[in-house]
Amino acid sequence: MNKNVKFGLIIVAILGTLGWLAAGGINQTASYYKEIAELERLQPNEKIDKRLRVGGDVELNSITREGRDVHFVLVQEKDGVKRRLKVIYNGTDPLPDTFKDNAPCQALVDGKLGSDNVFRASKLQAKCASKYEAKPVAPVTRG
Amino acid sequence: MENIGALAILLAFCFAVYAIVGSLVGKWAKRPFLTLSAERAVYSVWALLTAAASILIYSLIKGDFRMAYVWATSNHTMPTPYKFAAWWGGQEGSLLLWSWLLSTYAAIIVFQNRRKFREMMPYVVSVLMFTQTFFLILNGFVASPFKMIAAGRGIVDIGDGQGLNPLLQYWTMVIHPPMLYLGYVGFIAPFAFAIASLATKQRGDAWIHTTRRWTLVTWMFQTTGVLLGMGWAYAVLGWGGYWGWDPVENASLLPWITATAFLHSVMMQEKKGMMKVWNMVLVSSTFFLCIFGTFLTRSGIVQSVHAFSEGPIGKYFVAFMVIGISGTVYLILSRLEYLKSESQMESVLSRESSFMFNNLILLAGCFAVLWGTLFPVITEAIMGEKISVDKPFFNRVNIPIGMFLLLLTGVGPLIAWRRSSFESLKRAFMWPAVLGLMVSMGLFAAGIRSFYALMSFGLCAFVLVTVALEFYKGAKAISGKSGRNLLVSMFELTHRNTRRYGGYLVHVGIVILFVGFTGAAFNKDTTVELPQGGTMQIGAYTLRVVGYEEGENANYSWGRPKIAVTKNGEELPMMMPEQRFYFASQTPTHDIALRRRLNEDLYINYAGPGNGNNNVILQVYVNPLVSWVWIGYWVVLIGTIICLVPSKTKLVFPRTEVVGIAGKRAGAEKHAKTEG
Repeated sequence: MNKNVKFGLIIVAILGTLGWLAAGGINQTASYYKEIAELERLQPNEKIDKRLRVGGDVELNSITREGRDVHFVLVQEKDGVKRRLKVIYNGTDPLPDTFKDNAPCQALVDGKLGSDNVFRASKLQAKCASKYEAKPVAPVTRG
Repeated sequence: MENIGALAILLAFCFAVYAIVGSLVGKWAKRPFLTLSAERAVYSVWALLTAAASILIYSLIKGDFRMAYVWATSNHTMPTPYKFAAWWGGQEGSLLLWSWLLSTYAAIIVFQNRRKFREMMPYVVSVLMFTQTFFLILNGFVASPFKMIAAGRGIVDIGDGQGLNPLLQYWTMVIHPPMLYLGYVGFIAPFAFAIASLATKQRGDAWIHTTRRWTLVTWMFQTTGVLLGMGWAYAVLGWGGYWGWDPVENASLLPWITATAFLHSVMMQEKKGMMKVWNMVLVSSTFFLCIFGTFLTRSGIVQSVHAFSEGPIGKYFVAFMVIGISGTVYLILSRLEYLKSESQMESVLSRESSFMFNNLILLAGCFAVLWGTLFPVITEAIMGEKISVDKPFFNRVNIPIGMFLLLLTGVGPLIAWRRSSFESLKRAFMWPAVLGLMVSMGLFAAGIRSFYALMSFGLCAFVLVTVALEFYKGAKAISGKSGRNLLVSMFELTHRNTRRYGGYLVHVGIVILFVGFTGAAFNKDTTVELPQGGTMQIGAYTLRVVGYEEGENANYSWGRPKIAVTKNGEELPMMMPEQRFYFASQTPTHDIALRRRLNEDLYINYAGPGNGNNNVILQVYVNPLVSWVWIGYWVVLIGTIICLVPSKTKLVFPRTEVVGIAGKRAGAEKHAKTEG
């Protein structure tokens, strides 16, 4: 066989395998970013199948623990309407340290929406007003 | 003070612009003194930035909280090393660190080559200073570390700052960012020389020889940086792992992958005069991936736990990359005739082809990681819907890639140049292959069923045996001639060709790393809520909560359950994972309890009090073989350092198949070649 053909075949085989693996990996783990408003418009079959990723503000003082589950409410304001979404986090990873009740927090949850319209999250990323972005709030003045 | 700092940055900016103009005009108008003054300007940039950085550090340590940056990253109660580390604890400061490191590298490069490469140096200087100018624009006009919060409001003093993010108050975090940046920034040296080589239409590979050490050293820093980051994630973040395919982690990995590919493919150019265009592409990609990594962590384009806040600086990075990449592509395309290959691939079974496949696989891995990281951005642009992929995607693609690389690690260094016969392959690889298979089968018999784990351990054994045989054969030949014992001969052997045997050692380190990675296939974890006196079981361990302590110091308050651990009935030392609450930043963090052993780690994170009054929530992980990841790193480090030691015997690479004009030129270059 011509050596160029051989090289070509091997390269195609390698890249093909990797491409196939990658495509499979994407199908397996793809999760779709949605806004809370968009969740209401989802088709019933989409609700069950798709892994979703929803972001929003964590409602102040809404975080409660029940056993290993953590319950809280996500809020998203759009066009002047505040939409709320109940979330139950039941993932295995510990909650991020930044996730707390007394500070304005944004959370990104990953999971599926149940037929009861409660979001069951297996992953949670919290983005709380970190110091890097926090505006200095009325620094203490001293003479 | 802060005004002097800002002024220093402004002046540095002017000097950097002058250096670009001066060196290029000096070169084109043939005015050597102008070029020389441009090189002197590089030193001035360094001096000015050193002054600016010193002022920032002084303010951080002294606690001048009128400055926004100091207020946000430092406070009174922090230990001094962390006050120093606050230099790179926030956006503005870390960009200043980038700038300062770049100017330091630039000054060293200019000094080292003050009498060499007079043709190329003006271009080298202008590439360095072009990048420097970009970062100085950020330092001076976009993200200035010398902004005041108290200016113009009648405020004279601000009591205390917020303090460094508690997650960053850990020793590896003090050295991880500088290491990573040393690696990121350092790649500008080979890149600048590559560009200069293109600009001056050089046919040879002087740029590769002169930057070989730079490349190795910066690769070493990158490796160190990535591994320190892993060590930090493992010991601090409390989720029981060291790698989560987070965008920022990926950003640090991408240039490392292309740099590794570059380190291998330059050998093809040195020894065979092949892959010249490819090397240009690799060195440029590595450099721009370094910039891209810096961009990714700062622009807020992808969500990540480690990222800095979103800021306006993203578009500046995009502009810089667009200009830089188009310039580089144009230069490479317009110089193609100077980059012609001197020989050809001859056979699929050859050293050349193993190098090519190594590169192909590394680049495929790099692409997969990049693709996965940017997937939300790409899908949003194409389909209008943000879709993200997760750990399983990365693992699915990268585990097979890792396996294939492992195989090549064993095969590549031993297979013959040009073409290899099945006979010689059998001679070289029969025993390693047999032993590798035996390891896999033995583990299968011992009850391990994970396909990739069996394959990985088998391949690890295969590579280790090939390397061991290489050392043994070489040492035996030496000891046969000199009569010294095998161990001494092995040192002698390594000293004679440090590049080759140091490289083998790096490969051994990589194999050990893979042993550690493979351990992840057998991880166990669980989350439990336990009352006082409650027990739980994981693997061979039994954990019992026997008490609870709390207290506080100036910086934070803490609480920790006391956990008695037994392994197969044998009593082990008490473990006390801790939850802390930092006052200044009002943030809780966790200090895990970790029992490191060579076979497995027991990792306990105290997640916080449970619902019941005295209940505690514990996350417990048993992670086999993790320690080998860190051990592997040290072996890689030692191997790399050996590669940097000059060989005892000077190496001459005979270039086969080089005839005619190219041959004469290659011969002439060999004489002119600078050492190393």
